[in-house]
Amino acid sequence: MKVSYFPGCTLKTKAKDLDEQARACAEILGVTLEEISNWQCCGGAFTTASDEIATKLSSVRALMEANKKGQPLLTVCSACHNVIKQTNVAMKENPDNFAFRANMNLAPDNYNGEAEVIHYLELLRDKVGYDKIKEKVVKPLEGLKVACYYGCLLLRPSKVMAMDDAENPTIMEDLVKALGGEPVYYAYKNECCGGYIALEDAESAMKKSQKISNNAKAQGADVIITACPLCMYNLKKHTKDVPVIYFTELLAKALGIKE
Amino acid sequence: MEKSKENLIQDVVRRSGVNPRKCMKCGKCSGTCPAYDEMEYHPHQFVYMIETGDIEPLLKSKSIYKCLTCFACVDRCPRGVEPAKLIESIRLSVIREQGNNHLTPQMIPELIDEEMPQQALVTAFRKYTK
Ligand code: SF4
Ligand code: SF4
Repeated sequence: MKVSYFPGCTLKTKAKDLDEQARACAEILGVTLEEISNWQCCGGAFTTASDEIATKLSSVRALMEANKKGQPLLTVCSACHNVIKQTNVAMKENPDNFAFRANMNLAPDNYNGEAEVIHYLELLRDKVGYDKIKEKVVKPLEGLKVACYYGCLLLRPSKVMAMDDAENPTIMEDLVKALGGEPVYYAYKNECCGGYIALEDAESAMKKSQKISNNAKAQGADVIITACPLCMYNLKKHTKDVPVIYFTELLAKALGIKE
Repeated sequence: MEKSKENLIQDVVRRSGVNPRKCMKCGKCSGTCPAYDEMEYHPHQFVYMIETGDIEPLLKSKSIYKCLTCFACVDRCPRGVEPAKLIESIRLSVIREQGNNHLTPQMIPELIDEEMPQQALVTAFRKYTK
């Protein structure tokens, strides 16, 4: 299976391991990630205002390319996924306004949100299947207690993102189970780490990150997993009791790619 | 109400796509907001103050830079009001004015460290500047 892939700026720089692990694991699972040509940064956050056009065009361009190839558009970074999916749904839902103006800016083209946007976790659950992943596991996680941290970007706004139940998601927990680990259940898995406030108010990010980590620790977690480089940064910077790793690292370990 | 202020309120509401009148003032949005402690005006107050036309204090408040765009208030509002979109719309009214960027490239070296991901910078610029 081939899918179009939008890595995003951070997976080419600070989060290179996330990119490399995702590609390597996909190959083992029979999926090739074809990088979008000349992709541009998604901007990191979706601007909800209906009169914002230019800031959404890089996402639209990537969506158009995937659509022309007849492939789903895959992302690994939670922020890219959030921005691109929200943009795509806005294209679909506002054909006369947003989609029309975006199309006029690009080419002009005639794209109206037809492409399928999927996160890597959805690729694993819906296209590959957790049963198949289970068969490919060579080094099961042996009961490792994993706190799955979703944050906000993967899940919300839930009407648009539609990945899972936004208040009680299980897509990562089910993956952990397939890999032989033991998910721990804790209340803060879908609360915000502070995100970009880290830049100008580190203390605010610290308070939020510590609540998350302390809660995971109280429930007995050995490790916290995330799909977001900014969650990773905030949690690592402000907490130390529970290590934080990308979900792809656990996957790579279980599939025998990584020590 | 004077004309220019009325237009501004209309702009804010139209651009957000939100109908503030749907709010039943339950406060759930503010109760769930992770930035509550850092905000002078809270999400339900944004909704109410925009509904009643009292927007000057919001335009001047640092609260518009404290929202994390986590969409918790959007998801958990029982009336589907989507307060975060109003906060974003107010912030855009401010930063779209010339000279009103909340963040400039000159400020960056002081604010970053070795580990900070690019994502933090691009997102902050997207939210704080035009
Ligand atoms: S989107 Fe903003 S206002 Fe709404 S809950 Fe999150 S931080 Fe608070
Ligand atoms: S949660 Fe919704 S209905 Fe309740 S105060 Fe906030 S905006 Fe109003």
